[in-house]
Amino acid sequence: MTVLAVAEHRRGELRDVSHELVSAGRELADATGSELHVAVVSGDVESFGDELTREGVDAVHTVDYGEEFNHDVYVQAVEALADDLDPQYLLLPHTVNGLDYAPAVAERLDYPLVTDAVGLEADGSLTVTREMYGSKVETTIEVESDHAALTVRPAEWPAAPSGGDATVEPFDVSIDEGAVRSTVTGFEEAAGGDVDISEADVLVSVGRGIEEEDNLDIIWDLAEALDATVSASRPVVDNGWLPKNRQVGQSGKVVTPDVYIAVGISGAVQHVAGMKGADTIIAINKDPNAPIFDIADYGIVDDLFEVVPALTEQFGG
Amino acid sequence: MKVLVTVTDVAVVDDEFEIDGLDVDERYLTYELNEWDDYAVEEAVQIAEDVTDVEVVTVTVGPERSEEVIRKALAKGADRAVRVWDDAIAERDLLDAETKAELLAAVAREEEPDLILSGVQSGDDSFAATGVTLAEKLGDEWAAVVNQLDLDQDEGLASVHRELEGGVDELTDVELPAVLTIQTGINEPRYASLRGIRQAQNKPLDVKSLEELGLDGSALESPLRWTATYEPESEGEATVFEGAPDETAGELAGVLRDEGVGQ
Ligand SMILES: Cc1cc2nc3c(=O)[nH]c(=O)nc-3n(C[C@H](O)[C@H](O)[C@H](O)COP(=O)(O)OP(=O)(O)OC[C@H]3O[C@@H](n4cnc5c(N)ncnc54)[C@H](O)[C@@H]3O)c2cc1C
Ligand SMILES: Nc1ncnc2c1ncn2[C@@H]1O[C@H](COP(=O)(O)O)[C@@H](O)[C@H]1O
Repeated sequence: MTVLAVAEHRRGELRDVSHELVSAGRELADATGSELHVAVVSGDVESFGDELTREGVDAVHTVDYGEEFNHDVYVQAVEALADDLDPQYLLLPHTVNGLDYAPAVAERLDYPLVTDAVGLEADGSLTVTREMYGSKVETTIEVESDHAALTVRPAEWPAAPSGGDATVEPFDVSIDEGAVRSTVTGFEEAAGGDVDISEADVLVSVGRGIEEEDNLDIIWDLAEALDATVSASRPVVDNGWLPKNRQVGQSGKVVTPDVYIAVGISGAVQHVAGMKGADTIIAINKDPNAPIFDIADYGIVDDLFEVVPALTEQFGG
Repeated sequence: MKVLVTVTDVAVVDDEFEIDGLDVDERYLTYELNEWDDYAVEEAVQIAEDVTDVEVVTVTVGPERSEEVIRKALAKGADRAVRVWDDAIAERDLLDAETKAELLAAVAREEEPDLILSGVQSGDDSFAATGVTLAEKLGDEWAAVVNQLDLDQDEGLASVHRELEGGVDELTDVELPAVLTIQTGINEPRYASLRGIRQAQNKPLDVKSLEELGLDGSALESPLRWTATYEPESEGEATVFEGAPDETAGELAGVLRDEGVGQ
């Protein structure tokens, strides 16, 4: 039997999640006595293929077609690979591009799909652990089928070490160009903006708990008293209260300050992706069950409108 | 032109809660319009304001409870709504993305929209898969995580930005008909006006059963079983300060000074 993982790359580089998929895939392959195959589609497949011969990989398949991710091409390529290899489990990344093709592939192959897996257990049948309600609970889903497509949460599994001895083989697919009905025309970087929050040593980061734009004053006051920089979670930026260059997270900036003070931020996975590397994490949140407390070093469970001014006062603000 | 918007309500869990069987006890849940769908509705209404002769229809798979958010979407400017529900659906404890897409596809086949707007994910289940599954079932083109949309109706093309990780947008042209999953921040969702709320009461909201959609029980079959729900063990070892705000703030100030902050 086979487990097939599909790598992800962008603008000439394999993304970290590719190597994490190898670890997750190896886990499943060991549990089911299967081989682990990895596929890479488009781009410089030769060098990607070499880089993917990680420990635990049995074979790498390369599909040389086009440069960048295009979901119509990916769907066709993965469908052809699955037809050929009949993988029991198909492992895809729960990334923005993963969201753009995994559901279509699963549907086309008639594989049940479980997304955003944070745990996998194959013991007779497959049980997938995932989160619900913004990470407040975990649930398990059992797959009563001998096939499944899974999307795997980035940064949950370690990257597989390099140094395996898998074979790299080109896989021939004739892509039906008529079925490619979307065209990637380019990329655009978010504008630079007034500050670079990734350079800051101390960040006071504000979330939806602040409720209104006018209330941001207490955040600016605290930041001034601490000589810190103000950053934010996504809703604050979506609302236009702070510019995009101050957004921390998956689609914003990754920051690694000495001190990160999260004020009224729940700690959604896409936010945490951008700040879990901070040395010291402090959370101020009225909800004792907010997931931010799982990664915080220090916390205050209370109303931010009381705590933040009191903290500012401690520093003479 | 017709735009179909998939709209769902999502459960928000109270700060303190208990789990009852497979789910959080209903007493600790409140329901609201899914944030991502709010942006999708706004995008559809803006298209209707920009282009003449556009009908905006919402579709929801949900119990009577969900009519509250459906009325909200109507109050914001959608023209009419379809809600899919019956006893057989109510019996299922897990409505996975594939099952939801199957039901939504039946409505889409009746409505034949030119464009379907969906949300990137539902805030409670967060499968982030219903929209693209729906596209594949319909044989439509699609794009996931769209944070900018320009429609060229004459060319039958949607030019979109897809928001990738790390502040990079991918620019993509997608042939219509298509399903786009809308990301928050694409626009500024409006508040429903009092007039809108009044008008919404009189807009059509059709409720359809499986049978009325020409489906039978097989549409609900799924190999996925929801087997357990529990509070995750906290991995954290956070030191939590307790007491009145000036006390806790004082203790936190001590920590910050030790870190060399705000000397
Ligand atoms: C593809 C994708 C990409 C994303 N990218 C990002 C990203 O880059 N960055 C990002 O941040 N998010 C991102 N998100 C969104 C993410 O899923 C969450 O929706 C978001 O992080 C929530 O922000 P929040 O914590 O500020 O709001 P919420 O989750 O609403 O949390 C608000 C918190 O404030 C607390 N609170 C409320 N009132 C008070 C009070 N008076 N005192 C104290 N505490 C209070 C509440 O208890 C709650 O915990 C992305 C989502 C998707 C699907
Ligand atoms: N029950 C439902 N009824 C209508 N639309 C839904 C439903 N569930 C999900 N959707 C749509 O699909 C999107 C993604 O949801 P999900 O795949 O559950 O994360 C949501 O933003 C909605 O637009």
